[in-house]
Amino acid sequence: MAHNQDGQDQEVHFVGDSRVKVNEKKLYPKDYSEFPGKTEAFFPNFLLKEWMVAVVVLVGFMGLVMAQEPPLGEQADPTNTSFLPVPDWYFLFLYQLLKFKWASGPFVVVGTVLVPGFIFGGLLLAPWLDRGKERRPMKRPVATGLTLLTLIAIVVLTWEAEDEHQKQLASLPKGDESVEIVDQNDPAYDIYKNNACVNCHGQQLEGLQGPSLRGIGDSYTSKEIIEIMDEGKGEMPAGMFQGTEEEKKQLADWLAKQEAPEGKGEKKSQEHEE
Amino acid sequence: MLKSAYEWIDRRLDITPMWRDLADHEVPEHVNPAHHFSAFIYCFGGLTFFIVVIQILSGMFLTMYYVPDIQNAYKSVDYLQNEIAFGQIVRGMHHWGASVAIVMLFLHTLRVFFTGSYKHPREFNWVVGMLLFFTILGLGFTGYLLPWDNKAYFATKVGIEIAASVPFVGDAIATFLQGGEVVGAQTLARFFALHVFFLPGALLALLGAHFFLIRRQGISGPL
Ligand code: HEC
Repeated sequence: MAHNQDGQDQEVHFVGDSRVKVNEKKLYPKDYSEFPGKTEAFFPNFLLKEWMVAVVVLVGFMGLVMAQEPPLGEQADPTNTSFLPVPDWYFLFLYQLLKFKWASGPFVVVGTVLVPGFIFGGLLLAPWLDRGKERRPMKRPVATGLTLLTLIAIVVLTWEAEDEHQKQLASLPKGDESVEIVDQNDPAYDIYKNNACVNCHGQQLEGLQGPSLRGIGDSYTSKEIIEIMDEGKGEMPAGMFQGTEEEKKQLADWLAKQEAPEGKGEKKSQEHEE
Repeated sequence: MLKSAYEWIDRRLDITPMWRDLADHEVPEHVNPAHHFSAFIYCFGGLTFFIVVIQILSGMFLTMYYVPDIQNAYKSVDYLQNEIAFGQIVRGMHHWGASVAIVMLFLHTLRVFFTGSYKHPREFNWVVGMLLFFTILGLGFTGYLLPWDNKAYFATKVGIEIAASVPFVGDAIATFLQGGEVVGAQTLARFFALHVFFLPGALLALLGAHFFLIRRQGISGPL
């Protein structure tokens, strides 16, 4: 905008180069009545409706945020060897893929490059792989079929990965060396010391080849401990207990009493839950 | 008053055509959930953008407290979450928002795929969309390390080991991500830079391209 040279107070408009005057009419968009169906303007009409959908989502989302505290474990400790690594849930299927024999070890390229490359490459190039004019999913069975199969595979792999992770977490040793031994004077302690247990789990239950058994009662009942004695667990051989059934029960009851004082055992289990 | 201020500016800068161009384009009936309830599937793209905006805003607030070094990263997150007013909410939004963004993005991709909207003439926008997908996965991967708890640390360690096992380029990728000999101070600094500067920059540029193309080509017609 500027004013005429001759001093008259009339506005003149210019295009980008301010020495050239604008003299064409602006192009105005067509009226909506010219479009088929109930077309409407993006702003504000449609955006208002989309905003209402967004508000519904936002309410649900904030509900989730309020209800679920974002998890924070213990500070990273690179020397921790017992921690079970797990990626965020949307990478689980790729992670699980690498556990197949044909996608790991010498064939790891299959899991790291070929299969993901096939999926993501196929997705990236989809417009050129599926060039037909037909848009309905039913009318292009190959594209639809492959995608559905991939989707199912992703869901199954994710579920398997999660399931396996939960099982591994459950079988992780639960003892905690920093917990005091409960009931040192119980005769069951002598039963323990006179058995093979002591060779692997230590004089003070502190753990040698086997894990510490202190605080073990937070995780196992006496019945479950008898089961471990009878059937073994992981590296621990079966039938380690030598003695009468009664003594076995006594020992299991005493081990089940090995609990951390109020509140102490909680933090550890919380981190493992996630 | 506001109106005359707007007119004053508009007379000088001619801004009306700019925003009217955005505002006035027609939205057809078949994508409007007010007319057909099933059209809600067309909302996933907009919702993904909405969540991305939430991520950007909550992330900006998180950086006011977060310290990207291995001594303090965990402590600063712990402090932010447990001591600061609304800290837990803001971190919660960013944490859960990451997952929700992936879900929405996934649903949007499926909608575009199953309605065949990636076909001529929109091939290029599909490719931009896939690049957005990879960028957001990258944001998820790099963001996972930042709280510097055991879960973050070991997941990243495994992730980098997997990257290293890729033939030919694997070692280069692993070195680029890890920085030093181990997953440590260098790695955290890099992931922070990637998560806060590089990837969001790419994200915004790609989003710009995505929206420019959809504006040019319009949304695909009804099936
Ligand atoms: C040969 C060494 C060995 C002997 C002997 C042995 N254990 Fe174990 N025990 C282990 C190992 C190793 C584990 C860890 C198994 C795993 O989780 O993989 C274990 C695990 C356990 C657990 C479960 C710990 C947990 O946190 O999950 C209990 C309970 C247990 N042993 C009790 C006993 C008792 C009672 C005896 C004696 C009757 C005994 N063990 C004898 C090696 C031994």
